[in-house]
Amino acid sequence: MLIAIGSLTILGLVLGGLLGAAARFLAVEENPLEEELKAILPGSQCGQCGYVGCGQYAAALAKGEASVTLCSPGGKAVIEALAKKLGVTADLSEHEEKVPEYAFINEDLCIGCTRCIRECSTDAILGANKLMHTVIIDACHGCSKCVKVCPTDAIVMVPVRVTVANWHWPKPEVEHTQPKSEVAHVH
Amino acid sequence: MKLFSIRGGVHPEYRKEQTSEKAIVALPMPRLLYIPLQQHVGAPAEVLVAGGDLVKKGQMIARSQGTISASQHAPTSGRIVSVTDVAAPHPSGLPQTTIILEPDGKDEWAELPEPIADPFAADLQLIRERVARAGVVGMGGAVFPAAVKLNLGTQYKLEILLVNGAECEPYITCDDRVMREYADEVIDGARIVARVMGAPRVVVGIELNKPQAIEAMTKAAAPFAEVEVVGVPALYPMGYAHELILAITGRETPAGKRTAEVGVVAYNVATVRAVHHAVRFGRPLITRVVTVSGGAIREPKNILSPIGARVADLIEFCGGFSAPPARLVNGGPMMGEPLPSLEVPVVKGTAGILALTAEETNAQAASPCIRCGSCVTICPGGLSPVEMAAFIRKDNLEAAARLGVMDCISCGSCSWVCPSHIPLVHYFNYAKGALNDQERERRKSERVKTLAEVRVIRVEKVAEAKRAAMAARKPAAATAAADAPPGNATASTAEEKTNA
Repeated sequence: MLIAIGSLTILGLVLGGLLGAAARFLAVEENPLEEELKAILPGSQCGQCGYVGCGQYAAALAKGEASVTLCSPGGKAVIEALAKKLGVTADLSEHEEKVPEYAFINEDLCIGCTRCIRECSTDAILGANKLMHTVIIDACHGCSKCVKVCPTDAIVMVPVRVTVANWHWPKPEVEHTQPKSEVAHVH
Repeated sequence: MKLFSIRGGVHPEYRKEQTSEKAIVALPMPRLLYIPLQQHVGAPAEVLVAGGDLVKKGQMIARSQGTISASQHAPTSGRIVSVTDVAAPHPSGLPQTTIILEPDGKDEWAELPEPIADPFAADLQLIRERVARAGVVGMGGAVFPAAVKLNLGTQYKLEILLVNGAECEPYITCDDRVMREYADEVIDGARIVARVMGAPRVVVGIELNKPQAIEAMTKAAAPFAEVEVVGVPALYPMGYAHELILAITGRETPAGKRTAEVGVVAYNVATVRAVHHAVRFGRPLITRVVTVSGGAIREPKNILSPIGARVADLIEFCGGFSAPPARLVNGGPMMGEPLPSLEVPVVKGTAGILALTAEETNAQAASPCIRCGSCVTICPGGLSPVEMAAFIRKDNLEAAARLGVMDCISCGSCSWVCPSHIPLVHYFNYAKGALNDQERERRKSERVKTLAEVRVIRVEKVAEAKRAAMAARKPAAATAAADAPPGNATASTAEEKTNA
């Protein structure tokens, strides 16, 4: 009886200790920054940054190996958010802010090869083998990967149309009249 | 009745005398009517007619779709010319889908739904259906579908139906005239709405600068114990529902919440009158009263216009321009928006059309802020316009949002009061639009993220299923000597199939 209890207790203590040690020494290092950066990125895994997906780009960013300006679908907003998170200044001189776009398939040219369907990371293209394809505008985030694989150049990127529903007033341009600083010129 | 003081407010000149004594006159039927599918908040109506169709007056030509939407009806009998894109009565002047109707001059009514003889005994659901079918929307400017608002009574415990006859915008007198000329219809409509919503009391709020309207409405309300007409001080923006509720009940609606939260729902006088027409006669909303005024209009008038008449038709009916207008405004001078052209149609939310002379607009270049704080004192929302505008000028929209720019109602009091003529409300309109854009972007990117994640899961599942199928086939295939190694070709076909 006592032997049984004793041996089980010892067994429990030894195994528990082993597990505890393993958790400490064999732990996978995870950078919390990586997760935060990943949350900022669009998450569509389009790969236009040159990395396999958003997770890999976030990892590279966290290590300081990648520039913050690589995410093309994210645009200026994402660049600025990444720069702020990493505490670096983003070089926006090379960056050209695009108007939001979506892919449009010219149905006369589409041969139904399904290459774009396989490429699309958000399942925004509808179609089947040898049948015409079309883009679901609401699901397309404008990464333009499909444009590159289309063998007949049937896909073009078109800007999202401004309608009465999404139009808004531009920023007012106010020329504040400056007080004349005559004193500054008279020495 | 004891009134409560409201926050902020300004006293612009009324300038209502140009039209306040002008009785409502009907516009001669124009040659063509332009009826947009979207004249309300929510989803545009679904078109039911095509070019060449013959329609009767009051026939539904576009049906509401989705939970928040409103139907459109033919304002007269005639032939549908086409359904096409026409410039919207919106500052952008962008095109929107519009039904063009050529009146035949007969003005023949279509078969209308059976009138409800006694709306105070009828089934509530029947009344709701009638109001929805009639395409009634809020005619005070918010253009929210009235039938959707009627359902608020099922979600909230309502105490008061507030009938908004404040009409605080200068120049505009259409509600004043409606109350003076059709007080009985307004009171009847209000009582019907109150019954459907389960509100035991009806309070009609009218600014004290409209004594005749108060008198007419008080007389019409006299037989009904539950209806009370209250004169409120003339202070802009008293017509903003939150302010009027504060003045009458002393209850303040929390930011970003509905007024129903404090037990009150507000309807414009013209809206409850449209409900009266829909319920008592089965008539849809196909006309509205529009004030055409301003120093550049030869003969200012209150016009009963069919929905879809061009602004140019109304101005012509008023004898055209007496002076070159410096500014054409859709609505009142405080909250109205510039008209992109005279070719745009009158819609359900058009209360006024103003042609203002340069003297009236008094436009001046902005000079630097002198930190006088007037805008903070008068802001009815309790915001700090000077600070918000400074942040927006420096493109710091986030900071402006923290200060509550999304709670700004664009009443324009701050711009009006600013001694430096800084276009404060323009900054807020821009910021609200830009912030809404950002919100839309954010929602879209969230959706895209989900789609991408779901796709990854699916692709893995397909691969897993294929491996399982291969494994299952293996024992059988083992006998068939040469077992070809699985290639990429099969993998892609499997994926294609699921995509298709």
